This record gives sequence, C-alpha cells and structure tokens, in this order.
Amino acid sequence: MDWSSILSGSVQQALGPTAIVYCLAAIGLNVHFGYTGLLNFGQAGFMMVAGYSMVSLATVWGLSLWLGVLVGFALTIVLALILGVPTLRLRADYLAIVTIAAAEIIRQSISAAKFSDTFGGQDGLTDFIGPFREVNPFSGTIDIGITSWGANDFWVMTVGWVLVAVCCLIVWALMRSPWGRVLKSIREDEDAVRSLGKNVYAYKMQSLIIGGLFGALAGFMVALRSASIGPSFFATDVTFFAYTVLLIGGAARVLGPVLGAVIFWFLISALGLFFSQATSGSDPLIPEAIMTSQQASLMRFVFLGLGLMLLMIFRPQGILGDRRELAIDAR
Amino acid sequence: MPAETTARADLFEGVQHEPGAKKKDPIVVATGIKRRFGGLTAVDVEHVEIQRGAITALIGPNGAGKTTFFNLLTGFDRPNEGDWSFNGDSLDKVPAYRVARMGMVRTFQLTKVLSLLTVMENMRAGAAGQSGEKLVKAMFPFFWRSEEVANTRKAESLLERFLLIKKKDDFAGSLSGGQRKLLEMARALMTDPELVMLDEPMAGVNPALKQSLLGHVKSLRDEGRTVLFVEHDMDMVRDISDWVIVMAQGRIISEGPPDSVMGDQRVIDAYLGAHHDTALSFEEEEEILAAAQAELEESDAKENDDV
Repeated sequence: MDWSSILSGSVQQALGPTAIVYCLAAIGLNVHFGYTGLLNFGQAGFMMVAGYSMVSLATVWGLSLWLGVLVGFALTIVLALILGVPTLRLRADYLAIVTIAAAEIIRQSISAAKFSDTFGGQDGLTDFIGPFREVNPFSGTIDIGITSWGANDFWVMTVGWVLVAVCCLIVWALMRSPWGRVLKSIREDEDAVRSLGKNVYAYKMQSLIIGGLFGALAGFMVALRSASIGPSFFATDVTFFAYTVLLIGGAARVLGPVLGAVIFWFLISALGLFFSQATSGSDPLIPEAIMTSQQASLMRFVFLGLGLMLLMIFRPQGILGDRRELAIDAR
Repeated sequence: MPAETTARADLFEGVQHEPGAKKKDPIVVATGIKRRFGGLTAVDVEHVEIQRGAITALIGPNGAGKTTFFNLLTGFDRPNEGDWSFNGDSLDKVPAYRVARMGMVRTFQLTKVLSLLTVMENMRAGAAGQSGEKLVKAMFPFFWRSEEVANTRKAESLLERFLLIKKKDDFAGSLSGGQRKLLEMARALMTDPELVMLDEPMAGVNPALKQSLLGHVKSLRDEGRTVLFVEHDMDMVRDISDWVIVMAQGRIISEGPPDSVMGDQRVIDAYLGAHHDTALSFEEEEEILAAAQAELEESDAKENDDV
C-alpha cells in the first residue's frame, strides 16, 4: 500500500479543476437553497447553457471566448426567468420539479443528432481552448511538494480559485445586507415576509438568477477544465453532487461550498485510490474472492454514501453549521 | 380616564347597532364580498365599515369565516366577488405586499416568526422602505448603514416596550408561544402601520402576559392607530374593544358596542344554537327527526341516481 501516492492523488483532486467546478455550482445552490430555500434540482441545466454558449460561439461562429461568456450569462438569466416566472408563485416543490425536468430537456436537446452540426451531438465540442491557453503564464509542471499539476491544469486552477474567492466575497457582501436578510426571511416564512410589505416573488427571482449565474461560472469552468464540452458531464448527478458538497460544508455558510468541495473530492479520490491499490497486484490486500478490482472501483461511492448518512445523523448542519440552529429545527 | 372614554364613545355616536352600519370616518370599507370554496360559501359580507382610530373586534363561533375575511382584506386570498378599499383606495387585485405597504399590516393566527433569525433581525426585517433591500445597493454598506442604525434604535425601543429586549440576540425560534405573539406584534409595528390587524393575539398566551398584551393593544389606539382583531377571549373583547362585529356562517349578524352585542339574541343564538334554552315538546322532537330522516333518504336517492 503506497500511502503517499494516495495522499498525493487525493490532494491533487481536492484542489484541482473538478473540485472548483463543483464548488462554484454549490455556491449557486447555496444562494438558492441555503439562503432562500429554493429547491433548484437543475443546476446542471444552468451550467450547460452557459458552457455551451461560450464554446459554441467560439467553434461555430469563431467569436471570442469573452463574448461567449457574456452570451452565456445572458442566456442563464433568460433560463432563470423561464423557469421562475411560472413556478416561483407556487409552492417550493414546483420549482424542484420544473428545474430537474428542464435540465434534462436541455441535455437531451443539445445532444440530439439533429443539432450535431452545431453542438456536436454526444461527442460535444472541442477546439476552442487556444485563446485561453495562449495567455497561460505557467509552463512545465507545478510542484508543491506533496503533489503536482500540469501547466494547463494549474492555469485553470488559478483562474478557478480566483473566481471562487470573488464569488464568496459577493455572497458574503450580499448576505450580510438587508437584501440577504429578506432572502433568509423568505426561507423561514414567505407569508410573514409578504405581510411586512416585501415583494417575495421579486426577491425569489433575483435569488434564482444570481444562483444561476454562479452555476454559469461552473459551466465555463467545465469547458476550460477539459478543453472540451459534452452532454455527458451535465447529467442530473452533477446537481446532486453539488448538493452533497453544499451539505458537507454547511448550507447558508459563505465558505460551506468551498470546504465541502475540497473534502468531497479528497474523500472520493482517496477512497478510489485506496480500493484500486488494495485490489491490484499479485497479492492484493483484499483477495479476489471478496472483490475484484472492477467491483472495487465502485466501492468509493458505497463508502461515500455511508459517510453522508453518518454526517446527516451526527452533524446534519454540515461542518461549518451552527449547532444552535438544530435545536430550533424541531418546530 | 373619563375624557378618553368619552372620546371613544364620540366616534360611534349615532352609529346604528345594525350589521353594515355606516361609520363616521371609515378606514376600511367592504361591499359584497363573497368567497366560495367549492360549494361552501365561507364569506358572504354585504357591507362593513371599520372606524378609524378605534379598536374593533371581530368575533364569531369557529368556522364563521373570520380568518378567511382577514385574508381577503389583506390580499392573502382573493374573493370571488366584491369591492373593498383602504383609505378610499380600492384593494381589488392589489397583492398582499402592496396592501402592507399602504399601511395595513396583519399578524397571523399561527405565529409566523423567522425562526433562524435573531429577534433583532426579525425586527429589522420588518422596517419598510430600506434601500439596503435593493440588490444593487445591498453590496455597498455606505448606502444603508445609517438606515440600519436608525432601524436598530427603533427596534430596541419597541422590544423594550414588549419586554423582549433581553432576548434580542436569541433565535426567534427559541421563544415561547406567547413571546412569539409579542414579537410578531412588535415586528408589525416596525412598518408604522395605520391599521393593525391582529388574528387571535391572545391564543396560547398565559394570563400574566395577557394583561400586558391588552395594554399594548390599547396603546396602539392611543398612538392614533386603528386596530382590528379576531378573538375568542370574551373578557378581552369586552375589556378593550370600542366596537364589535359578529360573524356567523360567513355573514355579519350583528354590530355594536361590546355590551349591547353580547346581549343580542342573534349573537347568543349563533354561539349556542337557536334552541339552546327552549325545551322541545314531544311533537316538535318527532318533527325534527322526521325532517332529518327525509333529508337522509333524499340524499341516498340522489347518490343512487349518480351511480
């Protein structure tokens, strides 16, 4: 068993581009669910609209990535309006139903053969990353002792963590303000807020748009991370992983998604590496009679699920959550 | 306080003790309000006026439609037909939050405190017209810091008055039922309402706290606000209300000062049933039974037809 390689691989993932993607998506969900109480199960849809906007503008029409980012933001807002206008006046469940359905509709449509000329069908799109990599100031391998990243990954990470920091700053600034107080009040009791003369519908819409825009950033990062974009990355489990990240860190905490993303990706890759090492070689730690290496590759999800259950039982408020809030939750 | 008492009586001098009586200076006027839930007509109010500057009680047996009527007046529910206005402005199709902004603020029968916010945050959330509640300005504290300080001061003085100042940093969810009622009332006052509508302010409040709540409601009137409240506690109704409106089965059946209303035969009938104190003769009893039997058979027949 090579513990140092497990540690090195896990740290590489915990701080790597994938963790950043989920962190940004979870920051958006934190605004939706953590602060406003909106159940958005279609964060993958917001990510997909934004990511494909940026990429297809560059590949199909040859326009700049920056313009693609702007178009991505604009279309994300349009998507939020389309989803929000009919559902935000209704009970919270309706938004959940509509968003999960919308995310799937978007994914199926974009991957459809009919649009494969524009969106590349199941294969997705590549060949847009040039301008982004041209401005990469790094070269070679960046080594931090325990682990190392390639120059391209490290450039994505630099941009990504700066974005995460800016997003956290924005969320912090918004949530300490009276505006944030209205959102939290809506989470607690909509009717009470209405009775105090606040336009609940407008606030929920603003929250849906802002959280969606954070999701859009996650969508851009998906494309930049792998230098390609395809429908397979935007399945519904992306949204649920992002929720997991949020709940591990602690909902309605500014740094909850950041801590959650790092821990989630550390654990998932540590478990993955552990089981693959434990079942490989001529004399494996876990004999083949118990588990083959193929079966072992799925064990990380089993253990992650177990860990989540334990977390929900013993620390349902998440790692950064406040114990006092729990006593009150039994209303 | 004889002077004050006469002042209140003045407000209702010459007003008829009849359902739908015209008031001298009504703040709320409602006409022809009907609200149906399927086949059930929950509220059917022909005409009602609420006098400005007075405490009006809305009473009635369970299921009389008091809370539904409250919801209709405040925009939390829409009537099937009818007109109603506040200070002369029609409230038809006005959403609940605008009604509140116009100065007509309500509380709820089941208190709605914001559990995971502190008592102080609950109060600050009540303040109206905060520029920090606009998305763009929210990011920059210099737009709203001074307002926040002023609101905090106002909240502190209200909490002081409602005996909640020691709890200001506790989560609102940790308060007792009675304290939540107080907090909800105090929070409603943060908006500086002209008309305060209290839905069962005394439900679940212990007797000691009740006395101080009564005082608070009276002080609202003395500040020049109008109060309309729904209540089952007759002692409270008798003690503080200047005018009483009685609802039963969705209609207003009686109006008047507390003493005259409580002696009204229609009110006694509504609460206790028309026959509560008349002994039935054998023939009358037979007649009622026969009528009930006929009704049952009729509905059975109808059901069979439907099948």
